[in-house]
Amino acid sequence: MSILIDKDTKLVVSGITGREGTFHALNNRRYGTQVVGGVTPGKGGQDVEGIPVFNTFEDAVRDTGANTAMIFVPPRFAADSILEAADAGITTIIAITEGIPAHDELRVATHLARTPGLRLIGPNCPGVLSPGKANVGIIPASFFKEGNVGVVSRSGTLTYQIGNELAQSGFGNSSIVGIGGDPIPGTTFIDVLHLFQEDPETELIVLSGEIGGDAEERAAEFIEANVTKPVVAYIAGFSAPPGKTMGHAGAIISGSQGTAAAKAEALEAKGVKVGRTPTEVARLAVEILGG
Amino acid sequence: MDLLEYQGKQLFARHDIPVPTGAPATTVADAVAAADEVGYPCVVKAQVLIGGRGKAGGIKLAKDRHEAEDAANAILGMDIRGFTVHEVWVEAASDIAAELYASIVFDRSARKPLVMLSTHGGMDIEEVAETEPEAIATLHVDPLLGFQDFHARRLAFDAGVDADVVRPIGALLSRLYTAFVAEEAMLVEVNPLIITGDRQVRALDAKVTLDDNSLFRHPDNAALRNPSAEDPQEQMAKERGLTYVKLDGNIGILGNGAGLVMSTLDVVALAGGKPANFLDAGGGSQADEVTSAVEVILANPAVTAVLFNIFGGITRCDEVARGLIQAFASVKPTVPFVVRLDGTNDVEGRELLAEAALPNVHVEATMDAAAAKVVELAA
Repeated sequence: MSILIDKDTKLVVSGITGREGTFHALNNRRYGTQVVGGVTPGKGGQDVEGIPVFNTFEDAVRDTGANTAMIFVPPRFAADSILEAADAGITTIIAITEGIPAHDELRVATHLARTPGLRLIGPNCPGVLSPGKANVGIIPASFFKEGNVGVVSRSGTLTYQIGNELAQSGFGNSSIVGIGGDPIPGTTFIDVLHLFQEDPETELIVLSGEIGGDAEERAAEFIEANVTKPVVAYIAGFSAPPGKTMGHAGAIISGSQGTAAAKAEALEAKGVKVGRTPTEVARLAVEILGG
Repeated sequence: MDLLEYQGKQLFARHDIPVPTGAPATTVADAVAAADEVGYPCVVKAQVLIGGRGKAGGIKLAKDRHEAEDAANAILGMDIRGFTVHEVWVEAASDIAAELYASIVFDRSARKPLVMLSTHGGMDIEEVAETEPEAIATLHVDPLLGFQDFHARRLAFDAGVDADVVRPIGALLSRLYTAFVAEEAMLVEVNPLIITGDRQVRALDAKVTLDDNSLFRHPDNAALRNPSAEDPQEQMAKERGLTYVKLDGNIGILGNGAGLVMSTLDVVALAGGKPANFLDAGGGSQADEVTSAVEVILANPAVTAVLFNIFGGITRCDEVARGLIQAFASVKPTVPFVVRLDGTNDVEGRELLAEAALPNVHVEATMDAAAAKVVELAA
């Protein structure tokens, strides 16, 4: 098992004719993901190495039966593309685009929250990888193999770092989910924790958080009440000064809110082991699983 | 992007939010001319992006031209908690009968704008929130419905504002919300929002933070950048399109991906070192970008050693190695470098570095070992 994406995923890529869109769509297909189409307004009828391109998501869904979308268009078009995918009946939307205006994200999140059964992952995320089944996004799949550790993270490369250390200790992953570094993620830690808790293959969950907002504190509450599987956490940004955006739009300490120390404390208070370095996270995971 | 007080007031004025009349000035002569223009008494206010200006002596009342000149002389060039004052705002003095507080924040946790109103204005609102939370009326707004008149009335009555000013304060809140949405702000704050002796309402201060990601839709706001208030290395990095934050230590840091760079700072700090900066070279960095980043890091004279921490995904380690070799050819660094390359094309990257045999470049296999090494070399 895996979560969010698997062998039944039928992917449409918005922005498939762009340089990055083409590169990653083909990369995802090479991994085994069913990439059934792309959307670029005005380029309907063309194809990208055999992948049909449509003018609208509506056309793409009607002709291919797609259930998943990957958004790869520039920030100024991204919110519109997400809404278009949702309107066309896509149920899992994975938005890679970084730099979407916050007010756009707010309107999108509010609208999508009113559409039951619909899930947005990201924006500003590396996507989702279910090793051995499907890869949607930019996660370098070669570092990961099938296994029993579920990973959910606000960061991309940090996830690769932790995942790679786990792999070196002999562990693989059920799914790796990048929820993204923006202030209003479509999918939260809690949503993914719930999915991993329900997923029979996942035996341990690694949660990688960072400064800004209160998603980790909320996750701690949720873990105490709802998660019986062991969780190991990591928080980045202990050295970050207040009031500065640390790369990700959502990674900012506002006043005294959103510090790494407060997040680590909140998690530890609920019995979650928090590693101080990525290496320690891998070590804790191995300890729990009995490497 | 944070606006200076007067930039915020000018933004407010565009949305018909009442503010005192005034003018900005960067020289004493201009300040005096501005004071003559707005009339006496007037207030000369330091324009810096830091709180506590009043306590630091950065806000002065002037009854006449002579006092305006003295005030401008004293304030221009003043240092307020590390920020040099390059500009003042001169505005007509207000007759203050009462001080309130109003703000709208982008509440990421609730996923809604949060509007706040309090009759406890003119003081630190975080302190009020701690000691007297019931003194702050709050309301979340559905972003697809917007701020309605009844919202404004509810806030005004909840906050306990005087009955005769409920309507004008409600109107001001409505306009503040319009400005918040139209200008795509993350924060608009008025503290104090005053009621004058003749019962007019007016924004006496303005704190505005705009969403950097939306500036492409607001070219006028994007042009408001205030480079004199920015750190020189941060400015240099911005011009080169790099994500850089200056810190107060001596170990220069470069990594790829915001999370990994934050983590690198922490691992260096755990090893006993002090990071000099955050620098995310981003995904898919090419050699030229790496060279450019090295120049920014070394432009900070405090740097005594540099750590490269790369986990290649889209970024290829051989490209990073080429960038570093290129940087050594052009910049000729005198400080030691520690390099950790892992992930895509890491073997090729390490081979390139070995062949180049750069002076004082140390390759380490893991993030922890690299951090320990750079701390040792930086000392």
